[in-house]
Amino acid sequence: MSRYGFVTCMRLPTVVLCAVLLCLGASSWNSSTVRGQTTGVRPDPVVGKKLFQEHCSACHGLEGGGGRGPSLQTPRLKHASDENGLKALIGNGISPEMPGAWYLTDDEIASVAGYVLTLGSVPREKVPGDATHGASVYAQANCGMCHTLAGQGSGVGPDLTEVGARRGATQLRQTLQHPERTIPDGFMFVEAVLSSGDSIQGVRMNEDSFSIQIRDLSGRFYSFRKADLKELKKLRGVTPMPSYESGLSATELDDLVAYLAAQRGPS
Amino acid sequence: MRRLVMVFLSASIASAQVPFTRIVNADNEPGNWLTYSRTLDGHRYSPLSEINAQNVSNLRVKWAYQFANPRTEVSPIVVDGILYVTGPNSAAAIDGRSGNSLWQWSRPVPHDFVSVLFGHTNRGAAVLDDKLFVATLDGYLVALDLKSGTERWSTRVLDYKLGYSMTMAPLAIDGKVVVGVSGGEAGIRGFVDAYDARTGKQAWRFYTIPGPGEPGHETWSGGDWKTGGGATWVTGAYDPELKLVYWGVGNPGPDWNGDVRPGDNLYTCSFVALDADTGKLRWHFQFTPHDTHDWDATHVPILFDAVVSGQKRKLISIANRNAFYYVLDRTNGQFITGRPYAKQTWALGLDAGGRPITAPNGQPTEEGALIWPNANGATVWMSPSYSPQTGLVYVPVREIGATYFKRNTPYRAGGMFAGGGENELSPDDSWGAIRALQAGTGEMRWEFKLLSPPWAGVLSTAGGLVFSGSDEGNFYALDAQSGKPLWDFQTGGSIAANPVSFTVDGHQCIAIAADRVLYVFAL
Repeated sequence: MSRYGFVTCMRLPTVVLCAVLLCLGASSWNSSTVRGQTTGVRPDPVVGKKLFQEHCSACHGLEGGGGRGPSLQTPRLKHASDENGLKALIGNGISPEMPGAWYLTDDEIASVAGYVLTLGSVPREKVPGDATHGASVYAQANCGMCHTLAGQGSGVGPDLTEVGARRGATQLRQTLQHPERTIPDGFMFVEAVLSSGDSIQGVRMNEDSFSIQIRDLSGRFYSFRKADLKELKKLRGVTPMPSYESGLSATELDDLVAYLAAQRGPS
Repeated sequence: MRRLVMVFLSASIASAQVPFTRIVNADNEPGNWLTYSRTLDGHRYSPLSEINAQNVSNLRVKWAYQFANPRTEVSPIVVDGILYVTGPNSAAAIDGRSGNSLWQWSRPVPHDFVSVLFGHTNRGAAVLDDKLFVATLDGYLVALDLKSGTERWSTRVLDYKLGYSMTMAPLAIDGKVVVGVSGGEAGIRGFVDAYDARTGKQAWRFYTIPGPGEPGHETWSGGDWKTGGGATWVTGAYDPELKLVYWGVGNPGPDWNGDVRPGDNLYTCSFVALDADTGKLRWHFQFTPHDTHDWDATHVPILFDAVVSGQKRKLISIANRNAFYYVLDRTNGQFITGRPYAKQTWALGLDAGGRPITAPNGQPTEEGALIWPNANGATVWMSPSYSPQTGLVYVPVREIGATYFKRNTPYRAGGMFAGGGENELSPDDSWGAIRALQAGTGEMRWEFKLLSPPWAGVLSTAGGLVFSGSDEGNFYALDAQSGKPLWDFQTGGSIAANPVSFTVDGHQCIAIAADRVLYVFAL
């Protein structure tokens, strides 16, 4: 379906039978919405998690990772720009696909919204290291040769503009030291072996049952009919990103982690 | 020229009368597609052979038609060069030559309607005499005039505010129109209804969850039966000689938490055979007793005759969502044989009567249990195809597992009543296939692998071809004997629909819906 050149993800589950959650513009919390009584209890994400698992998980998965409905583990919910918008959406639903939680009280809905908002981003944390100096390390290590960040750099690797919201400091450090252990969902490095015996390695940009599209590390696109290939190797656990375990000092690593952890996207 | 074409079309439409005898004798007119599966026996097989293994590589788009709604699941009806298609609460007649619509009909979906865990979709219409029958999301069976699309009658079947809906194509039998309902995740009490095709008056109703005093009620406890589910959301089949309607019944409610509904929970996850005149139950066969995986048996039944142990038998088969293929005697529901056709971890096998021998760790838990297949099953609603030419059943197979979990969910009328859910495996840990199974045994003859678990049905033809679609948008043709791919076309949209074949001006066409577009292909 999707063509290379504008594809950022592939093989998204297209079975959105229910709950195309957050695919409409967020409406404001409607005062005319009929709700249960408020209890005066502060919204509680722990309560929200329990309610989410009882009422939302059939579509969105036990931890919001998606299933019949989309994943909610994303830093920015595309169509609920703020907490009020999310509460309105949970309460009213999205006709006709997503039922509204009309049977929950305002406080319960607020609790569910509070929990959902924790799914997509890791909490801010205090990390050792100097983020300002980390920016220099980022430049010196030539990270921008493969990654974009706030619109700067090259787009062969994943964009890092929101990487601090997606990954905590521990995981960021692990990625820098052992990138093959934290490969993002949907990322696949492949090797296409041609009938001539030559091979092309690159990142899978798209794939269907009859063809595959690849971008090599120079940014060049390739499109192959699978039937024309001698072999198509899916290199699970392989990434072109090098390890920085030995290339950076402990201080530089701390600073780079601090810099990346601070990248949480536009405020 | 335009005037001549218009005159032809008018004449064609004016003569469009489809008495039941035409549907029963569908093989006399292979250029038409008069009922959901072309024939009442659920084969989705076309006797047309103009397009065949030698020339299918020349297949080209003849025209395309755009729908208003995404993810179209329609299987068109074709009468004398005119295609009849549906969407949610809508229908249209399309000129088979040009792809231009001849009339369109729609009625609004109420603002407070919600689909509880199913798609906002419609899978097609039925035709009988001078009417087209369409089921609506908000619960009406509507009869439209074939010539104009105007409403001839409209009958309220259900109350959508209780979570009921209709998405399937009705099945027209002799003088009646049979419909089933959606809502298996909303704690409905499912049923199959028949209506008089002329008047819209209800002829009979069969509740899939037996009430107090009815056989099967003992498989429920307390008031569980009132919210027992048993939706009937996929079109059935009909044997005009036996006068039996065969229909698949969906999951019990709540789906994933069986603790609150002990027992086998009849007639969920079953085939039922109903007397066409009265709607009375003649036999049933339950594939998944006390299901806790959402494994509806809502599949199009395949009716065929074959020799079993030296005797010619009237058979019915199903590739079930639970990953087993079954063959039954369609006169009495007797189990003949069954075997897995896809990866499954929930059963050790079937006993002599066809009842599953359940495996340890095959049920949802609080923490989650990894089980194959996932809740959408090893196949789902999309149609398989049976080719009398090869004796094979072609099944779209989904190889995907999931971590199933259960929760306590209270029943609230019109709300979700699922009792848990699943976390699917990642896309790169799942795949799909078209598998060709020996109809009488389920033994696999070949498979064609797909990148993703499919949502498209299968069409087989006398041209020795099998057509189907992928979730990534490929529409393709395989050799019916070997599974070798012969042709494919990227439609640009996920395919979650059933293909059909018919003729326009004497030449064979193949149609498939892909997302918002209906494509028609010809040589």
